[in-house]
Amino acid sequence: MAGLRVDETRCIGCARCVRACAHGGIKVEHRLAHPTDACVFCGACIDACPVDAISIERDEAAADLSVYRDIWVFAQVDKGGAVLPVAFELLGRARALAAQRACAVVALLPQGPNGTGAPERELIACGADRVLTVHDARMVPLDAEMCAGWICGLAQQLKPEIILYGATAFGRELAPMVAVRLETGLTADCTRLEIDEATGLLQQTRPAFGGNLMATIECPARRPQMATVRPGVFAGDACACPVTVSDDAVKDKIVTCPLDASARPRVRVLATEPAQQGASIAQAKRLVVVGRGIGSKKHLPLMQRIARALDAELGCTRPLVEAGWLEYPHQVGQTGVSVAPELLVSIGVSGAIQHLAGISGAKTIIAINEDAQAPIFGIAHYQVVGDAIEIVNNLVRELESAAPRL
Amino acid sequence: MHIVVCVKAVPASTEVKMDPVTNTIVRDGGDAVVNPFDATALELALRLREKRRAAGEDTRISVLSMGIPATERLLRDCIARGATDALLLSDRAFAGADTLATTHALTCGIRELGMPDLVLCGKMAVDGDTAQIGPELAGALDMACVTDVRALVACEHDAVTVYAGGDAGVSLIEATLPCVLTVAKEAATLRMPSIAGVLAAEHAAVDVRGAAEVGADAARIGLSGSPTQVVRSFVPEQQAAGVEVSGDTTAQAKQLVRIIEEVA
Repeated sequence: MAGLRVDETRCIGCARCVRACAHGGIKVEHRLAHPTDACVFCGACIDACPVDAISIERDEAAADLSVYRDIWVFAQVDKGGAVLPVAFELLGRARALAAQRACAVVALLPQGPNGTGAPERELIACGADRVLTVHDARMVPLDAEMCAGWICGLAQQLKPEIILYGATAFGRELAPMVAVRLETGLTADCTRLEIDEATGLLQQTRPAFGGNLMATIECPARRPQMATVRPGVFAGDACACPVTVSDDAVKDKIVTCPLDASARPRVRVLATEPAQQGASIAQAKRLVVVGRGIGSKKHLPLMQRIARALDAELGCTRPLVEAGWLEYPHQVGQTGVSVAPELLVSIGVSGAIQHLAGISGAKTIIAINEDAQAPIFGIAHYQVVGDAIEIVNNLVRELESAAPRL
Repeated sequence: MHIVVCVKAVPASTEVKMDPVTNTIVRDGGDAVVNPFDATALELALRLREKRRAAGEDTRISVLSMGIPATERLLRDCIARGATDALLLSDRAFAGADTLATTHALTCGIRELGMPDLVLCGKMAVDGDTAQIGPELAGALDMACVTDVRALVACEHDAVTVYAGGDAGVSLIEATLPCVLTVAKEAATLRMPSIAGVLAAEHAAVDVRGAAEVGADAARIGLSGSPTQVVRSFVPEQQAAGVEVSGDTTAQAKQLVRIIEEVA
């Protein structure tokens, strides 16, 4: 039976495990640690134990994983048929992982019946060794169930070691549908992906515990290993100078794989109102992000003013959305929008991990906060410690007087 | 019509604090609450039932959860707010479940309740943020699926119409029944329980079942049924310090103007 084991010969009853546990899952009695019924097997106690007395016993039989090869990247297209930037970010990351594993990178490209061939060429130019595609009317608009069926069929046949998805709204619906059909693991919103060269084990790191801890997750006994990654997280990995590819060179790299003829979409899109704000902060070149440190809702107009003066969009942290100061599309972070602007001015933001994960793609971060110990300063390129409102007031004055008004 | 609403007990505060000296988690307890997204899902179910009742049709709303025995209190509260019945899957064998193992357990629970026309869940849980359970349930139950539902427009005998968020914006979507819907928090706010509801809930039976009683496959639930494992949890390291912009607030503002001009 699987469970948490304490090696009685090693345990010294120091209770570090008890302090490390967020769930009350372990207690010390008679100078010996005992797991309780509240244990959720998160492994925090294992890391905290100074004498390696704790382990998790699992009873899964080892499967033959050696037949699984290659890294697949799901390439989502937009309404116009163009591949979303997150696919290129993942291709870049996949290339680095594939180099360590000496395997191929394969892009999955479901698209409508009237493909131009441009997305395939672009994916190959940016690092895909092969593109598996399908041209089918049932993929317009993209249907998660149709895509999942298509990917599962291919995965059962070709046995990839890893499949990566952008954590777009669609990717977050698609990936779990694939995971449950293939009965494999899926890690959401990874901020780091590394691979063990020898075993091919993918180390998937994501924020956990409300964002104060990072957790590294592995999927040792099932394949494919699957992860979603927010757009912008691997912005630095995207191929900067795509190679030029001729039509002849790409021809043998593109494989068209038909969708099961009997598959019928069960979801119909009747009408769509285009997104407004959400898209604009995700793609903003300049962004002002405000947090609880601005003190009061009455300071919001000042924040809007500094955003205007900088020609920037306005974003905020989760507590501000929860307090109703700004709408959800403004929320920056793991549960909101991941951003990757050239310049991010962070005002009164302390910097919970989930927020930091959402801004890690920003090129330059200027943080203004009263608390010199705030975690935001750990990733800021410029640190401004002081009264946020006063500094912003001065900054607005400087900017508005210095720059000629447009 | 039969609707199953899946709910998860989450900590009242998701702000887990770290002790800066020992680098360990400070547990400040706090009662468990129904995941706010799931509470919205229940409210949408209740509103749908009212609409159908006006048309003279019956609707059964079952709430389903997998959790520790204390979760029974939360399910009773769901009954006080209008749910018809409740099933709690509680067993040590369920502990340590990742989303795949949770999906198997909930699937068994749903079969136990009787196959519904609609399964509603929150878009995600505030303590896990994975947003995987809804689409995984749809896959396991072979149902249609719509995620990030903002409003329920209509529900006929064979189809449901909703407004839902997606990458291209908010869409009006029609899906075939049976269907799994995952619900955005802003879609509605769960009503308070009525006095009659509270009194009725006091005597209502919350069905509590173990893994074997719902026919769950021991190899597909809990720790054993979870393909993913947390191998390490750690406090993220701080990166190298950035440039400090010092002086009084006027001097700081002046320097910032220069920095902004330089970098962008």
